[in-house]
Amino acid sequence: MKLYILPLRFPDNNLLEDLSSTLSNIFKLPVLLLPKPFSLEEGYDTVRNQFNSTWILSRLLEQTPDESCKILGVTSVDLYVPVLTFVFGEAQLDGKVAVVSSYRLREELYGLPKNPERLKERLEKEAIHELGHTFGLIHCRKPECVMYSVTYAEEIDFKSKNFCDTCSALLESKKASS
Amino acid sequence: MDLNNNDKPVNILVVDDELSVRDSLTKWFREDGYRADAAADATEALKKLKPRVWDIIFLDIKLPGMDGMELQQRIKSVDPHATIIMITAYATVDTAVKSLKEGAYDYVTKPVDPDYLSHLVANVIKQRRLLSENIQLKERIQELYEIDQIIGESPAMLKVFDLIKTVAPTDTSVMIKGESGTGKELIARAIHSNSHRRFFPIITVNCGGLVEGLTESEFFGHEKGAFTGALYRRKGKFEMANGGTIFLDEVGNIDPKSQTDLLRVIETRQFTRVGGDEIIKVDFRLICATNRDLELAVKQGTFREDLYYRLNVFSISIPPLRERRSDIPLLCNYFLKKLAASMNKPVTGFTPEAMERSKVYDWPGNVRELKNAIERAVVVAKGSLITVDDLPIPPTSKAVPEGQSLEAVERAHIKNVLEQMGWNITRSAEILGIDRATLYHKIEKYGLRKQT
Repeated sequence: MKLYILPLRFPDNNLLEDLSSTLSNIFKLPVLLLPKPFSLEEGYDTVRNQFNSTWILSRLLEQTPDESCKILGVTSVDLYVPVLTFVFGEAQLDGKVAVVSSYRLREELYGLPKNPERLKERLEKEAIHELGHTFGLIHCRKPECVMYSVTYAEEIDFKSKNFCDTCSALLESKKASS
Repeated sequence: MDLNNNDKPVNILVVDDELSVRDSLTKWFREDGYRADAAADATEALKKLKPRVWDIIFLDIKLPGMDGMELQQRIKSVDPHATIIMITAYATVDTAVKSLKEGAYDYVTKPVDPDYLSHLVANVIKQRRLLSENIQLKERIQELYEIDQIIGESPAMLKVFDLIKTVAPTDTSVMIKGESGTGKELIARAIHSNSHRRFFPIITVNCGGLVEGLTESEFFGHEKGAFTGALYRRKGKFEMANGGTIFLDEVGNIDPKSQTDLLRVIETRQFTRVGGDEIIKVDFRLICATNRDLELAVKQGTFREDLYYRLNVFSISIPPLRERRSDIPLLCNYFLKKLAASMNKPVTGFTPEAMERSKVYDWPGNVRELKNAIERAVVVAKGSLITVDDLPIPPTSKAVPEGQSLEAVERAHIKNVLEQMGWNITRSAEILGIDRATLYHKIEKYGLRKQT
C-alpha cells in the first residue's frame, strides 16, 4: 500500500517534504507526491468565501492511481462542510481519501506572530488524524492520541503525533487486512 | 466526561431534506463514535423511529410535507424521552423559539460551529445519563423501603398500618407514641417514604442526646464565628430537611428555651442561623416521637402546652410487644432469617420450647430487645434450631425481694448492667434493650454515678 500526497493550492514545498517524511515514519508506508493538481474553482462558495471539503473529497476519489492506496489532499485554503462553519480537514471514514488545510492552523490567523515550527507540527498531526479516519479509526478519548478530536487550533498542540496503543493496533490490523 | 466508555452506544438521527447536511452531520457523529443515521423527510423519519430508540434527534425546521414543528410533536408522542435539537437557518429563529417552548432541547443555526456542536451533544448525553441514573436511584430507594417492612399482623398493628396509610400522603404533623424499642423511627420512615416528600431527605434529630446550649445550633445551624468553635458555617437540621421530613425523636426531652424556638419555626417556617441575619425559609413535614407521657409533662409545666398541640395533630400509638403477643413468632422468624443470612449461619428455626418462652416473656425492651436476643441466639446456636439455652431470657420471673418497688428493681438492674459493662453506655443500652437517650434519662432519673 502507498500513500499519495496531492498539493492543492499549497505553495510551501519544504513543508510538503517534511510532511511526507513524517507520514512515512508514522504509517510505515511509502509516501509519494502526485504532480497533477486539479482546479478548486467549482468547490468555492462565494458567499462563505470557503471551499467545500466534501466536494474536494469527491474529486480526489477520481485521482486514485491504484486500488490499495490513500490520497491526502493538502491545501492552504479555508475548508467547510455545509452544516459546519469550518473544518480543519475531512476524510472518508474507512475509505481512500482525505483532505487537510493549513488555513486555520496558522498562528497569524489568531493575531499571533508567525510560528512555522508550530504550523508544521499542527499540519502533521491533522494530516495523520484525517488519514487515520481513512483506515477506519474514529475519535479517541485519550487526549494524547492523535485521533483525539479537537475544535480549536491550540488544542492540537496538546496531543501527540502518535496513535495510542489501541488505535495503533486497530491501524495495524487494518493495514494487514487491506 | 467520558462519552464513549459507556455500556450503551448513543444513537443520533438527523432529519434534513438537504443531502449535504445529512451526510456531513452523520459522518461527523460517526467519527465521534456515535451511531448515526439520517432521514430526508418526516415519513422516513417516522419509519426510522420504530426499530431503534434514538437518544438525540436533529430536526430541520423546514421539511417538505410535514414540517419540523409538526414532526417534533409526532416524535414526542412516539418517544417522549428523545432529546430533540432543531436545525434552522437564521431566518427562522422565531420558529426555533416556538419549538423550544414545545419541548425541544435546543436549536442550532446553519452553519453551526463545530465546537458548539460537540459541546451541545456532550451536554445532552451528560444530562440524559444523569436523568436515567436519577430514575434508577429513585427506583432503588423505593425498593429499599418496600423490603424494609414493619412486621406485624396483630389487630393492634394493622390499625397502626392503617393510620400510616391515612396520614402519609398529607402534610400533617404526626406524633408517634410508644415505649422504647417499639420502632418509632421505623414508623416515621414509613410515613416519610409513603409521602410525596420521599425523594427528599428525612432528617432525624435525637432530642434526648442534645447538649443544652447547642440545641439551637443543631436545629438552625450557625454562621462562621457565631461562637467559640464555630469555625465554619454549618447547616442546621431544619435546613437539611428542606423539602423533606424532620423527625424529632424523644421530643419530650427538649429544654424550655428550645421548645420556644421549635414553636416559632413550626409556626413561621423560617429561622435565622445562629450568629446570622439571613432569614431562611424552609418547607418541612414534622414527625415527633416520644416514650414519655407528654400530657403529664404539660400538666406539670415542663412541656409547653401550645407546642404540644402543634406537635400532636395526628397521633399514632404503637402498642408494646407484650400487648401484641401474636406478632412475636412472626418477628422471631423475620429476624432469624435476616440475621442468619447476614451472619451466614445455617440456623433455620426455633425449638418449640424456645418459641414458647419467647411468647410468654414480657419483652420490656420491645422489638429492639427481641432483635438483640435473637442476634445473640444466632451467634451462640450450635445446631440448626435455636434452643431455650441460646435465648437470653430468664426461665421464670426472678423472685423479687419483698418491699422493693418496680422502680427500685429497675434502678438496681441498670446499675448492675452499667457496672458490668464498665459504664459503656452503648453496650449497656443494647443489653437493656433501650436506646442511649433513654438510658441517659434513666441514669439521671435514678441519680446513678460511675464509681471512680
